[in-house]
Amino acid sequence: MSAARDDILAAVRRAVVGDPAADHAACDRRLAHPSANTVPARGRGTAAELRARFIAEAEAAAATVARVADRAAVPAVAAAWLAANGLPTKAGVAPALETLPWSRTPELDVGFGRAEADTPVSVSAAVAGIAETGTLVLLSGPRTPTTLNYLPDVHLVVLDARRIVGAYEDAWAMLRAAGGAAGFMPRAVNWITGPSRSADIELVLLLGVHGPRRLHILLVDGEAA
Amino acid sequence: MKATSHRFAENAHEALADTRLAAALASFTRTFPEKRRQVVGRLAEFDALRDEAVALKTHVLANLDFYLERFEAKVIAAGGRVHWCRDAAEARETILAICRAAGAKTVAKSKSMVGEEIAINEHLAANGIRPVETDLGEYIIQIRGESPSHILVPAIHLSGRDIADTFRAKHAALPKGRALDEPEAILREARAVLREKFLAADVGLTGANLLIAETGSIAVVTNEGNADLIMSLPSVHIALASIEKVVPTLEDAATILRLLARSSTGQDITAYTTFATGPRRAGDPDGPAEFHVVLLDNGRSAMLAGDFREMLRCIRCGACLNHCPVYAAVGGHAYGWVYSGPMGSVLTPNLLGLHRARDLPNASTFCGKCEEICPMRIPLPALMRRWRERQFAEGTAKGAAALKLWAFFARRPALYRRATAMGVRLLALLAGGRGRFRRLPLAGGWTGPRDLPAPEGRTFLSLWTERTRRRP
Repeated sequence: MSAARDDILAAVRRAVVGDPAADHAACDRRLAHPSANTVPARGRGTAAELRARFIAEAEAAAATVARVADRAAVPAVAAAWLAANGLPTKAGVAPALETLPWSRTPELDVGFGRAEADTPVSVSAAVAGIAETGTLVLLSGPRTPTTLNYLPDVHLVVLDARRIVGAYEDAWAMLRAAGGAAGFMPRAVNWITGPSRSADIELVLLLGVHGPRRLHILLVDGEAA
Repeated sequence: MKATSHRFAENAHEALADTRLAAALASFTRTFPEKRRQVVGRLAEFDALRDEAVALKTHVLANLDFYLERFEAKVIAAGGRVHWCRDAAEARETILAICRAAGAKTVAKSKSMVGEEIAINEHLAANGIRPVETDLGEYIIQIRGESPSHILVPAIHLSGRDIADTFRAKHAALPKGRALDEPEAILREARAVLREKFLAADVGLTGANLLIAETGSIAVVTNEGNADLIMSLPSVHIALASIEKVVPTLEDAATILRLLARSSTGQDITAYTTFATGPRRAGDPDGPAEFHVVLLDNGRSAMLAGDFREMLRCIRCGACLNHCPVYAAVGGHAYGWVYSGPMGSVLTPNLLGLHRARDLPNASTFCGKCEEICPMRIPLPALMRRWRERQFAEGTAKGAAALKLWAFFARRPALYRRATAMGVRLLALLAGGRGRFRRLPLAGGWTGPRDLPAPEGRTFLSLWTERTRRRP
């Protein structure tokens, strides 16, 4: 490997040699068996408590939340919300949601795939919601393009209420359990908590700087379709 | 950026005369500590998390070689590349080479303090590649040709009108008479202008808040979403990080992330936290084709070996700036380099050399607030004092002669008592009953902006002796 690499590692080793806390066997164990540090109480509770906390925290972060009875109702609820807020009806939808009955909402102009520069609205699918801070977890993948999360002005996210967990650690556990042989981390794990914001101009909080100005969560309560 | 940290006193003097800066700083130093106080009050476990984070980082630093090697192996396994750079010049050359190999004309950047540290923008521009800052505040100061005055809110020193004037001057293609009175209008214009830059960029350059050894991931937090556009649109992503940013596991990352936004902006968490692992996978419709991590030492391994290892726990939250009375008075530019406030006063002499930052360890009231609020419990006042001791030992400390004179008397108690009693009587006489001095010969620097309370005519020691005699 490079001389720079050797030099840096040698300098680091010289700096820590004889340090009683230097223990590579302990490091190995730590990586082989990742375990949670302190998990705050706000990340624990019954399913109903966590659901309520997720909604309250997401709303505190300026997201909006709509309860949806079942997955089949998602297109109609999305169309109604866009219309009620006077928002565009052209939407880029994650291919993972292609099986929803979009044909029942002809007023929506939907396309499936990644977002383009002029995609005004997107609908994507979250794998988890984290109650402690009202955070959505979205993964990149062939059927879940990342650009849908950031390019459009309006972002709708479908989340199965049964996928609401308490704490960040629970979301990692969920991901590890689902992970394949090639490693459980997709290219991108996106935690999203409310819409894009900045206070760079005179400390005034403004929404929609580069990412979406509006984040609307469609929380599906019923059984999976 | 070009360092002017050696002339802090002059910079600070100029800053103190700037009334607009004072207004911005006053509003800012009210807002952020209050937001932090509220959000920390909502998390009973905050102090327990701090203790864990300190223990975690102490463990990492003692095993930094192990975690760096493991991180590297995991990045490579995920299809990425790791570039080790000893100093700023190596990092600049490495990034330039990656950009050239990609045939890049423009590079979209999200905020990176390490990027400022190595002056990457100047280097890319000098080599015909256009760097574009995309964080709103960074973009504003970039087109003004300035440097950040705060690590979180880089344009804190500017008013909305300053920014509107800048946009009118720099966005010359837009209609002259457009309204830019409201912050909202400024934001819309910035969004539109920068959107084009994101789409046109060949390479995206971000920093990294954490490197995760377990998975070879980098974690990047923003509120604007600019780093995420950078990590999903250009075909090459370069993440620039200094070596102390590594943590063992995703759980450890969660612990630090619970402290970061709460300490910095007073949010529970930033709007966006992204864990990026390698380039685009087979079948992925978006994401970069190349993923590079540039690992920079630039003085960190020396800090690890010496008296300033604790400073390597710093997670760049900015809380010590937000709570510092000196920062509140002079702002970030006075510190003369990338890092300002108490963390800058400790870090800058480490990275540039003490001779190029001689005033910084003295830019402190030693009120102790920075240590009190530091999420990583870095003993910032003690570390600044360590630099002062070094200056004293080198004989470069300000007032060293006066201290030596004082030490001469302090080692001779009888002489000390007589001399101070005389001095105090003389001063009381000179003050003439007004109780304070507006001006004092040889101490004009001190009495310029403030009065010196006059002694009452007795020394502490003589009062104490009398008191203990009275009440045996």
